[in-house]
Amino acid sequence: MASEKVKTFTDSNFDSEIKNGVTLVDFWAEWCGPCRRLAPMVDAIAAEYDGRATVAKMNVDENPSVPGRFMIRGIPTLLIFKNGELADQIVGLVPKEEIARKLDQHL
Amino acid sequence: MADRKVTIIGSGPAGLTAALYTARANLKPLLVEGLEAGGQLMLTTMVENYPGFRKGIDGPELMAEMREQALHFGTDLVQGNVERVNLRDRPFSLAFSDGKTVTTDALIIATGASARWLDIGCDRKLAGHGVSTCATCDGYFFRGKPIAVVGGGDSAMEEAIYLTRFASKVTVIHRRESLRASKIMQDKAFANPKIEFIWDSEIADITDLERGEVTGILVRNLKTGSLTDVALDGVFIAIGHTPNTALFRGQIELDEAGYVCTHHGTKTNCPGVFAAGDVQDHIYRQAVTAAGSGCMAAIDAERYLDGLPIPDETTDLAASLEAPAVNEMLKP
Repeated sequence: MASEKVKTFTDSNFDSEIKNGVTLVDFWAEWCGPCRRLAPMVDAIAAEYDGRATVAKMNVDENPSVPGRFMIRGIPTLLIFKNGELADQIVGLVPKEEIARKLDQHL
Repeated sequence: MADRKVTIIGSGPAGLTAALYTARANLKPLLVEGLEAGGQLMLTTMVENYPGFRKGIDGPELMAEMREQALHFGTDLVQGNVERVNLRDRPFSLAFSDGKTVTTDALIIATGASARWLDIGCDRKLAGHGVSTCATCDGYFFRGKPIAVVGGGDSAMEEAIYLTRFASKVTVIHRRESLRASKIMQDKAFANPKIEFIWDSEIADITDLERGEVTGILVRNLKTGSLTDVALDGVFIAIGHTPNTALFRGQIELDEAGYVCTHHGTKTNCPGVFAAGDVQDHIYRQAVTAAGSGCMAAIDAERYLDGLPIPDETTDLAASLEAPAVNEMLKP
């Protein structure tokens, strides 16, 4: 169950949602085992960074356009945006502390 | 006094079997699942060679069953990630990435092995953008597209066959002129019309790093030295594994390839530390052998905790099995 601090992005609201501040987007799918392992860590990050960064999930099955634009060919992939610009990426399953470390670099 | 009598790091077949046996021996084991919980089988599809499942069983389903079985007998499972270990002082201590520490009298290392990458650098940089070590994770992104699989073993063939569900064409690139894979996997791969082979060759380069996606590969023929460009959209690497032993380097004996050296069963050169599964086995690497050595590590750890001599080749095994603690563990 996704935390309520985690937003859900779609192809249609993506661009407006990432415009301001620092945003972490988790690209995932139902069938992806490592994505399921990463989900609780993303939830925890969302709670810890509440008010400082936006944390969102994007289902790649339901939203083909944005993952295509960022040439995502493997999940889980986390992209970090700062004021609408791609600032960093994390590919694959990593410890929560690693996500926090990358995020801190852009805050 | 230590927090735990026995702690197990790793949650593949070796770790979970060690947990099952130590839990049934009332040792209340702590099992640290680690980041890649469930181990390599979580990334496979059908497992057809685990005894007891004549119709095969899905890798993740098998691991879910093993996990439930270990929990049922009282294993404490934690999801953390061990960042540092101290095996020089007693009890041993483990430091987790979230800052917590656990001390333990005995330790079972079952951290397994992880997929190896090519050593051309650009493969890691294009990870998630067309280069992958996990067909079941990423195959979906290559519907109707041509891709390559690097490797000639069973896992390479399994990946190639699986990927034909999505890809328009799968080109297997192998360093030799024949496959190392088992006969049954070779037959399946050769019979698949979507799979082609490039023999005696390796990947010299993957393009296009600048665009941040895979557009093709440069293939070098190792016999002639000739270079060929092949346009494709994805590269799946299945060239074997490296043991996850960085955590223990300098504290227990490792071989040249980084595997834990075990002797007289699952003992390492550090008394009280045992190793099971792929982390100490580069030969068999099967779910069933990993589970078997996990059981051995549990029995060795229990004997260590009881202060009993651990059987070695000079001990009469039948006599040693009369110890009540071991009988307890071996009861059906």
